[in-house]
Amino acid sequence: MQRKKIVILGNGISGTTAARFIRKLSNYEITIVSEETDHFFSRTALMYIYMGHMKYEHTKPYEDFFWKKNRLNLIRGRVKEIDFDNKNLLFDPDKKFDTIFPAPAELTYDYLILAVGSQPNRFNWPGQDLNGVNGLYSFQDLQYMEQYTEGIERGVIVGGGLIGVEMAEMMASRKIPVTFLVRESAFYSNNLPKEEAELISRHLKSHGIDLRLNTELKEITADEHGRCSGVITSKGDEVPCQFVGLTAGVHPNIDFLSNSGLQTDKGILVDEYLETNFKGVFAIGDCAQLKNPPEGRKPIEPVWYTGRIMGETAAHTICGKPQVYNPGIWFNSAKFFDIEYQVYGNVPPENPPEIKSIYWESENGKKSIRINYLKEEKCVTGFNLMGVRFRQEICEQWIAHKTPITEVLKNISAAAFDPELTSNPEKNLVKQYEIETGTKIPSTSTRGWGSALKVLRKLKNI
Amino acid sequence: MNDQSLSISNPTPFFTDIYQKIALTVAALTVVYIGLLIVGSDPLTSIASFWLITLSFTFASLLYTWRAYRNKSAGIKNDGVWFSSLIARGAIGWMVGIVFTTFYVLLYWYPSTLGLGMGADGSNTGLVAVFDPMSYWIKGKPASEWFMYGFFYSLAILVLGVKFFVKYRHNTYHKWRTVSVVFFQLAFAFTIPEILMGLNLPYNNFFNMWPLNYYFFFDWNINQMIEGGTLGIFMLVWGIALVLIISPVLAYFYGKRWYCSWVCGCGGLAETAGDPFRHLSDKSLKAWRIERWMVHLVLVFAVVMTAMVLYSYFSGNSKVLFLDSYDVRAWYGFLIGASFSGVIGVGFYPLMGNRVWCRFGCPAAAILGIQQRFFSRFRITTNKSQCISCGNCSTYCEMGIDVKWYAQRGQDIIRASCVGCGICAAVCPRGVLRLENGPGISQRATEQRVITVDGYQDN
Repeated sequence: MQRKKIVILGNGISGTTAARFIRKLSNYEITIVSEETDHFFSRTALMYIYMGHMKYEHTKPYEDFFWKKNRLNLIRGRVKEIDFDNKNLLFDPDKKFDTIFPAPAELTYDYLILAVGSQPNRFNWPGQDLNGVNGLYSFQDLQYMEQYTEGIERGVIVGGGLIGVEMAEMMASRKIPVTFLVRESAFYSNNLPKEEAELISRHLKSHGIDLRLNTELKEITADEHGRCSGVITSKGDEVPCQFVGLTAGVHPNIDFLSNSGLQTDKGILVDEYLETNFKGVFAIGDCAQLKNPPEGRKPIEPVWYTGRIMGETAAHTICGKPQVYNPGIWFNSAKFFDIEYQVYGNVPPENPPEIKSIYWESENGKKSIRINYLKEEKCVTGFNLMGVRFRQEICEQWIAHKTPITEVLKNISAAAFDPELTSNPEKNLVKQYEIETGTKIPSTSTRGWGSALKVLRKLKNI
Repeated sequence: MNDQSLSISNPTPFFTDIYQKIALTVAALTVVYIGLLIVGSDPLTSIASFWLITLSFTFASLLYTWRAYRNKSAGIKNDGVWFSSLIARGAIGWMVGIVFTTFYVLLYWYPSTLGLGMGADGSNTGLVAVFDPMSYWIKGKPASEWFMYGFFYSLAILVLGVKFFVKYRHNTYHKWRTVSVVFFQLAFAFTIPEILMGLNLPYNNFFNMWPLNYYFFFDWNINQMIEGGTLGIFMLVWGIALVLIISPVLAYFYGKRWYCSWVCGCGGLAETAGDPFRHLSDKSLKAWRIERWMVHLVLVFAVVMTAMVLYSYFSGNSKVLFLDSYDVRAWYGFLIGASFSGVIGVGFYPLMGNRVWCRFGCPAAAILGIQQRFFSRFRITTNKSQCISCGNCSTYCEMGIDVKWYAQRGQDIIRASCVGCGICAAVCPRGVLRLENGPGISQRATEQRVITVDGYQDN
């Protein structure tokens, strides 16, 4: 019997995870196609290459021998067209790459996985296509930024999200002054509760970032060479600059799929098995849009972790173990200059009436802990952490088991994941709760793995 | 596409200000001055040269540290590491490597070129003579090349320990272990043995553990201890108990780190002076294979050599089979003691990272590694599926462990070579790693906690 041919479009975390699991579960022939780089690298680490923390080769999650050893064929090329009826990919012969994995003219498949990622949003701002105006998503975007920020006097960033703050940190590391235009009243406040958004806003300012809140981009001005020379904000201010970073979110990279018969909306529409309207064609990661997302989740979640879970899920379905996409309890993480951010569960920017928060912030304003819980049932629903590390396993289990807030606070130290010998910020949260509610919470757990294991065992036996 | 770091296109030296340039110049001029002392005669008095060297190194290091971190918020600051000529194997890095290596070659095999016993009546000249006044003050004897070396070594750990402390001031774990290595170096490795020597008592670094201290069981050392009264006997008993009881027990509870990154002098230098070079260690699978062969072969060599020496000691017979135990120990001293741990171990910092010796050669690390891998409660816990495979942990692992290979699978990390420095956990931008001690280590190590489909929840 002929081995089934799997083709994966995109060598990011989603596509690579799919490939790895298909290899674990089957003997299929697997080919990964990428236009971006020869090998999989960690997109989240692009900023560290610019900042000199790492070189490109350090950001590859697997050594180069990995692919051959696991019989994963790599191809570098641009797919011009997909013929879904004949299960065939056509490559663009005019697009040449300096690569050791040249593309053939075409490639047939039995199963196709589209893991083609996203593109930075451009909201038709005047001047958005000038030289020196770009987002940060791909390796090529990094090269672009490298080229266009050399020796400049100021960079402007548009859009207060996670990539925006990365770009700000990148330029700040090279002592390039940064102006940061944020539409909201505090940085990332469409995702973070007010206190945390303000905490991070203050932190950005302390790093010398010229943070302009409630401000949008109106226009990018040009110099005589067609390069950006400054921006005009919605408040009418002019900011001279030589580079503009567009970081107002991303959208699925699906332009090349239009008129192919593939059902799309903002992204590629998929069912709960991540399958598209063509049988045997799946879409995962940033480019996928769930027709029926799980409760409380968005149809498109362009996040590393969901991409990975989708890759694993699709691989199982393809290998004869049909699997409904179940991302589990939401989690995410980021780092804003010096402050790490972790979130577990549901932490909306504004609490609905049934949710209550217990929130503690350190005196220097660089650490905070928030735990959300239901007002009536008292069970915890989310954890939001700034500059403090918690154990994902325990937080998830607490949420999954609807553990009451008092029980959580009693054992809070078991969830602490900060380095040994550091002070215990979680104790301050307990004190805060005691003061706010007038109840006494006896501490029953210490820090460390032994204590964590006890709490986990107890939870899992319930 | 060009699979090369973009850093090549950014030749900008990473923002050393004028004061930092002055500091580096002072340090470089001091090295030149030391070179002049080696090739010529001392233009000043010994005591003046001593203070000149000591103070200018201290001044240079403190000035550099102050300027580097004065306006920087506490946190991980590895900006520009890979753009630096000195610490990213550029021309300056190679030059420093060559200077270090040359110094070690002279120190180990040609100490007379450093002025040892080259004056009238066998007194010191040149560089070694610079340390005579201090040596007389401490122990009433002229300096040896090892006194001089011990002083430089301790000074480096102290002043660059300050730099490390400031660099990681946001992290209490790093602050404490830096205080610890500085303390053990200054007190136990340098001052106490020198004072004991001055008192004509048996002398030893109490924490220089066999087989890193490969001469512990040499006849002259055993005799010195046996003939050294209560203190000597205590040293003998302590030295044996350290290897057989104290170290295994501590390694069981805390892992190899209790020694390698908290107490050991080699580790102390690596963690302070060597810290800027930590990312130069090779992370490839191939390097790991070489490491396992090499470090365990050195361990076998050390054990066999020691067994032969002890056999000769008790039997009075220097021939063991067809080998002379004195030849074997001489070869060990030359190949391992001098060439590997000294010349390569420190001289190659700017080329292969700061733990070349600890990783590929140290037999004590090999023993501790076996204990850590199979019998310890120490591990690095991965925070389930939070890893984003960015690579910072692996890049900054001085022991060349590909930490992210485990972290991105959601596995805990238990590797024989891990010295528990904790930098992987510190540089992780997502709070994924934690050094800790606790039960259930082996089961956890094989679990892959990023897998969602088959359900970790079911376990």
